Amino acid sequence: MTHSTQNFAKHQTMTSLLDVTDLTVSIPSRFGEFKAVDSVNLSIKAGEIHGLVGESGAGKSTIGAAIIGLLEHPAFIESGSIRLTGEEITNLDDDTYHLLRGNRISMIFQDPQTSLNPLLKISDQLIETIQQHKALDFQAARQLAIELLEETGIESAEQRMDEYPHQFSGGMRQRVVIAMALCTDPELIIADEPTTALDVSVQKQILKLIRELAQQRQVGVILITHDIGVIAEITDNVTVLRNGRIIESGPTIQVLGTPAQDYTRALMAAVPRLDKRIERFVNIVNEDKSIEGEATWTISGASAEHATQWLLTSKTATPTTTDSLKNTTPPILEVNDLSVTFGKKSQWFIKQPGFKALKNVSLSIRRGEVLGIVGESGSGKSTLAKAIVGLVPTSSGDMRFNGQVLPDANARARNHPARRDIQMVFQDPYSSLNNRRTVEAILTEPLTFYGLAKKGPDSKKLVASVLELVEMPQRAMLKYPHQFSGGQRQRIAVARALMARPSFLICDEPTSALDVSIQAQLLNLLKDLQSHFGLTILFISHNLAVVRQMADHVVVLKSGEEIEQSESELFFSSPKAEYSQQLLRETPSLQMVRG
Amino acid sequence: MYARFKRYAVENEILYLFLHNRVAQLAALIATLMLGGAALAPWVAPTNPYDLTSFDLLDSLLPPSWSDAGDTRFVIGTDDQGRDLLSAILYGTRLSLLVGILSVSFASVLGVTLGLMAGYLGGRFDAIVMRIADVQLSLPAILTALLIDGIARGILPQQNHDDLMIIVLTVAIGLSLWVNFARTARASTFVEKNKEYVQACEIMGMPPLRIMVVQILPNIMGPIMVILTIDLAVAILLEATLSFLGVGVPPNQPSLGTLIRIGTEYLFSGEWWIVAFPSLTLVILIVSVNVLGDFLRDALNPKLR
Repeated sequence: MTHSTQNFAKHQTMTSLLDVTDLTVSIPSRFGEFKAVDSVNLSIKAGEIHGLVGESGAGKSTIGAAIIGLLEHPAFIESGSIRLTGEEITNLDDDTYHLLRGNRISMIFQDPQTSLNPLLKISDQLIETIQQHKALDFQAARQLAIELLEETGIESAEQRMDEYPHQFSGGMRQRVVIAMALCTDPELIIADEPTTALDVSVQKQILKLIRELAQQRQVGVILITHDIGVIAEITDNVTVLRNGRIIESGPTIQVLGTPAQDYTRALMAAVPRLDKRIERFVNIVNEDKSIEGEATWTISGASAEHATQWLLTSKTATPTTTDSLKNTTPPILEVNDLSVTFGKKSQWFIKQPGFKALKNVSLSIRRGEVLGIVGESGSGKSTLAKAIVGLVPTSSGDMRFNGQVLPDANARARNHPARRDIQMVFQDPYSSLNNRRTVEAILTEPLTFYGLAKKGPDSKKLVASVLELVEMPQRAMLKYPHQFSGGQRQRIAVARALMARPSFLICDEPTSALDVSIQAQLLNLLKDLQSHFGLTILFISHNLAVVRQMADHVVVLKSGEEIEQSESELFFSSPKAEYSQQLLRETPSLQMVRG
Repeated sequence: MYARFKRYAVENEILYLFLHNRVAQLAALIATLMLGGAALAPWVAPTNPYDLTSFDLLDSLLPPSWSDAGDTRFVIGTDDQGRDLLSAILYGTRLSLLVGILSVSFASVLGVTLGLMAGYLGGRFDAIVMRIADVQLSLPAILTALLIDGIARGILPQQNHDDLMIIVLTVAIGLSLWVNFARTARASTFVEKNKEYVQACEIMGMPPLRIMVVQILPNIMGPIMVILTIDLAVAILLEATLSFLGVGVPPNQPSLGTLIRIGTEYLFSGEWWIVAFPSLTLVILIVSVNVLGDFLRDALNPKLR
């Protein structure tokens, strides 16, 4: 207490629950000291939900870790103070901190899969935590645990208590985690991306629960998220962070309603909107291409124009078509009654019916069109993509590509022409590029494999040109994938797909691993490529707002079944199916700022 | 030049960790010295222990040079036949390392090939290979080696026997070590196989062999390298054990194991140096190689850092 009394004069800590002043967290590394958090000030009152929003590397999670005293070595608090109800907590020793953690500050982690012990029953985990912090006997602790589970919205909590974590769904598991965080009546809860791993409908419920709990129990909540839609939906106050510094802070309505800073405005503009389609996103990242002569290192004759020329001369590519033309062109891909079954077995006496991942799905895509496929996890979106590219065998139904029958994975020949014509961009840019090969080797592979160009000056020139086309410096071809960020890697992945001169591109959640600003750039790029080369794109995403920006037609899938199929504008203005309406309602967006 | 090296040393993870790990540096120094001494044995050794005419029975069982009865010509003494022990150790280490490196190479090529194929192809091939590996694991390494040695002795003509001994030993040790490589390669391949870059190649229609060798193999080399160093120590030890049991290299070309076996006979009659120095060499060699292997495992495993 003596330590904090001298600071009392400077700050009115009496009313606020948590005060963070001039917090600076440094991470020493062999490349020098890196300031993960740089003089950050925060103040939270009881019952308030305070959002921390920013892109990856903004230092949001580091602030959370610093408050709860879980900074990972070698990160340390260089300066500043953190006071919980006026008490300085940065200089506490481990044992005292251990009591504080749990008792007064709790944490909710991102992934409910990993924050519960899979080998222990829910009851054991809850009761253990309660008994550690409160002097209660087993029966009383159990009673409290049941009450908490009921409070967090778990039905028939008494019976479900004795189940194991895997018997709960993702959303239910997160409720259990929240119940566990509430065990000890904490004054402050730090929620680090609590809904990122969940589907939108579940996300909505969990956010509502957090909101209610904060109000009823008068708990202060720090909500860390990258999703500005989540911020808009439940927070009272918000702090926008970038590179460890505060950009803007204040009441959510004010910050998001009338942002004072350019960055906040740009961050909001980069978020795809559900209510209207915009042609281009604002670019908020200024990549400095001039470092180490990145821009000056070029291969003679290589340019984006060269790539454009080369891509346009392929037989299958057709330049932009007008809307009226689109409707008359024959479909490039037709899928009829397609089903995919996993794990079906019939050996001797054993017969396993298997799991139907896709049930009688039919769709057709015209040349030059973007078809969006939406659905929650487990809806069969990715399975559909894999069936089309020939990674997963189908169990019934047929596919036609350019009018020709497209054999499924087992029957498709290694040199089938569709293998070149259909290319795919994957979800995870960290695993879709081979880390042991240079970008040049990765991009040359399709060229030589399909016999589009000989390895040598020709292929070098093409690789450099296509890199330029996807807005990467030509010098990138000399590097390895791990030297690039997620967004840059994803562009290299797009470049690899382009190298095959495809007419049909499948994008499986291409932006779900990226920050909004990078997502905006990539969506711009895909739009450009699509309109330039008349590419047909099958765009898969769980994010309706992203699909809204890209797709001409939309197909909604739910547990392998087709729910609705309609024209994009029509779908977003008046969805027919009950499920689609629900999906649209539950997608968080900027329009939901709390009034 | 130095500045460039310095920058590289900061950027390269493994080199950086190596430059900040004194134990690993010491182990590397010792291992390099021993490797160098062994490789250059014909030039650095005072005498040639294989040349029967160069030594004299009168010099037999001389103690190290610093003791009273010692002779300055033989720094660490002589054995029962009057051979200079230092030369014998240098030549012996050379043979031990040769057999060790050859057998580990054989084991890794065999193991990685089978493991990679089992991991990538899966199904029946995987089941068969892994069952064979299980059977192999249930046989002790020495039993395998004795078995192959026995078969080789029976089949091969007597006069070629000594020349082929090293090859027989290599195969015998290699066969008992390949399982480790196969299992690691298979497990890593399972992980890599499901990554999207492999799927991208499959979509293209790339032949499986090319996917395995060009795409997957470089990505699973990390753990393989670790096993390579650790198993090198195991192979050297196995060779020493086999030679000690008398089924290893011929006695006229002593390896470390043979030297130790000869030495034990004199241990109780007071001639301690004949067994002590070869054993010490073996221990130091094994420990330094193991330390290097451990370092490599820690450096390549980001979770341990």
